[in-house]
Amino acid sequence: MIQLKEISKKFGDTLAVNKASFKVEEKETLVLLGTSGCGKTTTLKMINRLIEPDAGQVFINGENITNQDPDVLRTGIGYVMQNIGLFPHYTVAENIAVVPKLLKWDKEKIKVRTRELIKKLHLSENSLSMFPHELSGGQQQRVGLARALVTDPSVLLMDEPFGALDNVTRTSIQKEFKGLEELKRKTIVMVTHDVQEAFELADRICLMDKGKIIQIGTPKELLYQPVNDFARKFLAGQRLALEFKVVKIQDIWPYLPKGALQDGKSLSADLNVWDAMELLRSSDRSELLVSGTDKESKAINFEQLIKGFNQFQNAQVHE
Amino acid sequence: MNEHQQTLWQFMHEQSDKLFAQTLQHVGLTFISLLFAIAIGLPLGILIARKRKLSGTVLGIAGVLQTVPSIALLGFMIPILGIGAKPAIVALLIYALLPIIRNTYTGIIGINQHVKEAARAMGMSKSQILLKVELPLAMPVILAGIRTATVINVGVATLASFIAAGGLGEFIFGGISLNNTNMILAGAIPAALLAIILDALLSLVQKMDFKKLRKALYVLPVAILILGGFYALPSAYGSSLTAGFTPEFMGRQDGDLGLKSIYGLKIHTIVISDAVMYKAAFSKELDVISGYSTDGRLKAFDLKILRDDKSIFPPYYAAPIVRDEALKQFPQLAETLNLLAGKITDSVMTDLNYRTDYLHQTPERVAKDFLISTGLYKAPKNGHNGVVRIGSKIFGEQYILAEMYSMLIKGNTDYEVSTKTGLGGTKICFDALMNDQIDFYPEYTGTGLLVLLQPDPKIAKEMAHDKDKTYDYVCTEFEKKFKIKWLKPIGFNNSYALMMLQKQSKDLNVNTITDLKNYLDKN
Repeated sequence: MIQLKEISKKFGDTLAVNKASFKVEEKETLVLLGTSGCGKTTTLKMINRLIEPDAGQVFINGENITNQDPDVLRTGIGYVMQNIGLFPHYTVAENIAVVPKLLKWDKEKIKVRTRELIKKLHLSENSLSMFPHELSGGQQQRVGLARALVTDPSVLLMDEPFGALDNVTRTSIQKEFKGLEELKRKTIVMVTHDVQEAFELADRICLMDKGKIIQIGTPKELLYQPVNDFARKFLAGQRLALEFKVVKIQDIWPYLPKGALQDGKSLSADLNVWDAMELLRSSDRSELLVSGTDKESKAINFEQLIKGFNQFQNAQVHE
Repeated sequence: MNEHQQTLWQFMHEQSDKLFAQTLQHVGLTFISLLFAIAIGLPLGILIARKRKLSGTVLGIAGVLQTVPSIALLGFMIPILGIGAKPAIVALLIYALLPIIRNTYTGIIGINQHVKEAARAMGMSKSQILLKVELPLAMPVILAGIRTATVINVGVATLASFIAAGGLGEFIFGGISLNNTNMILAGAIPAALLAIILDALLSLVQKMDFKKLRKALYVLPVAILILGGFYALPSAYGSSLTAGFTPEFMGRQDGDLGLKSIYGLKIHTIVISDAVMYKAAFSKELDVISGYSTDGRLKAFDLKILRDDKSIFPPYYAAPIVRDEALKQFPQLAETLNLLAGKITDSVMTDLNYRTDYLHQTPERVAKDFLISTGLYKAPKNGHNGVVRIGSKIFGEQYILAEMYSMLIKGNTDYEVSTKTGLGGTKICFDALMNDQIDFYPEYTGTGLLVLLQPDPKIAKEMAHDKDKTYDYVCTEFEKKFKIKWLKPIGFNNSYALMMLQKQSKDLNVNTITDLKNYLDKN
């Protein structure tokens, strides 16, 4: 658990972060979202004391971090950065082993853990003896992730972790990232300026502007209950796509017609509208079989899906 | 050309022992100073990379030191550190400093910020970041600095021989003062090769990838240390006494070569420039030095000449040489100049030189005092019976003699005198005489024989050790060849000599060169 209490940071005359407070629950992923210069990276770096706050306090698992040795504090926090920051003079294996070595793990333990991680991150065994410049951007970021995860820290900080990747690679790594078991048990704070990415990965989003926190909430809350104009406008350009991603079949369940019973494998109602539309587009099926929480199954086609979604939207606005 | 190369090869072959020792010393000097330069420059570079405000000052100072001419720098070192290895190493290290500091600094500040941040974020301490991240990543740039410093050092180390620190400069500068091209090349070619080879080797290290570089970095300090250790090798076999000889003396048959072949003298020898030699002997850094037998510094530093009992140093007896024409024109001249014959012994001349060189009395006063004390001085007659033109070479002894002759002529004859003193060297003086610009000047028999007549080496060798034979030979030959007469010798002999502090000579009971050899053999 991470808690920030009114932390502020000034660079010269600019107030980079202005009394930011939030709490990240255990195993939760909080995404700091905003334009560049909004103070999100500064906020992140104050959590592992790469930047010391001018005012306010940071607690990790209930402990005030200013009372800890910064080097010891940092060895206990995983850190993934935008430019990956792998050591160019270390092999992949040595890069991954940096923190374990600082913690004086024995060689065998490091080896076993490294093997385990690269398997999970889909890296090949022979890449271990390679140098970072011999790897592709995506592979490098996997190594960066492995380096942060190797000691299995409970807290993980990520600064634009996919920022250096091309679109195709980014999307696939994001998917893997989401599915990674190791990450599901971590408390994560991640910085991004990419709204899609934030909505894809966040449990909650913290929207920042000019050093201030504008709104903290689930993606759905940000979409449907923006606190002010800034929050509304920030998402405006991609609103529809985001809504398709946020809204799940389950949400529009009441607006879907009760369809005839059909045989076959049914999909979970956890599926979002975007994915459902993609399935209908890509397969030759004209209908999807979805089973809801009430054990009831519905067969829906593209028009029914859109209609249900529209009805849901109207209901939100009137709420 | 072919013949020339062969003789160079022969020279190097003959002198291979010395060449090897000098090369070792040269490599040693280069690397000892490099080691110290790294030991100082690397931390300084790291410091200014941490505290950027200091960088301007530190790099500025190192830059200014770099621009001090190398000979001047060596000169500054002598009063502080004396002669020998210490000042040479310090001077070299000063030259090596700038490239090492500057490259360490630029290497470290040039490292990608994200890599440094990653290191911090993973919990590395400052010293861990320095050792594991910054230094390894800056290493190619630092190595480039070390490479530059090494090449500079190989070049500057040739100057170390000026202050008795050895190295290939001994051959180069010995060759220059002896006008011996082979000797110059025997020093210059290995020095150039050293620079090229070391540069190539270090460029290989510099271009290695990180994997190989890591291994190389373990080897490099050891290699530098071992190469630096070479410097200690040649001086390791030594003798109980140390000799300091000028580069010229080292290369002459009537010098170190003769001492070795005729006396069988085995003494630990360092090569040193004339200017610092006497001081070094006086401060007991040197026990035996080469010098000139009438040098005023003999007296100034209380030195004793060791008798040349096997006469390897040819006699250099001084006597006026006069054009036959002038003798005819001035009938009283020969008689007047001969008034001085046999009057000035070695010790008297030394004393007179001491008074001009060290007490800074004018040659005129020294000459007058001497003539008065020997009863030769007469008041000028102010006659107008023609002008006698006196020449002299450009050192103290010759000025004094010219003054004496001037006073004798004015006091004893009706001739007027004009003096043309300070003529550059033997060649200029002699040309002036031959071309009727002067009528006479004092010359030395050895110079007359070896420089002006240059007879067949066999003839020269045969008579060079006999003062009467030499005198007779130059008398007849000069008359025959140049129509110039040698008058009677003045008495002193200004030849090469080995010298030792009076007190030490007494303590060790060493009075001749043979004594010295026997002493060295026993101890």
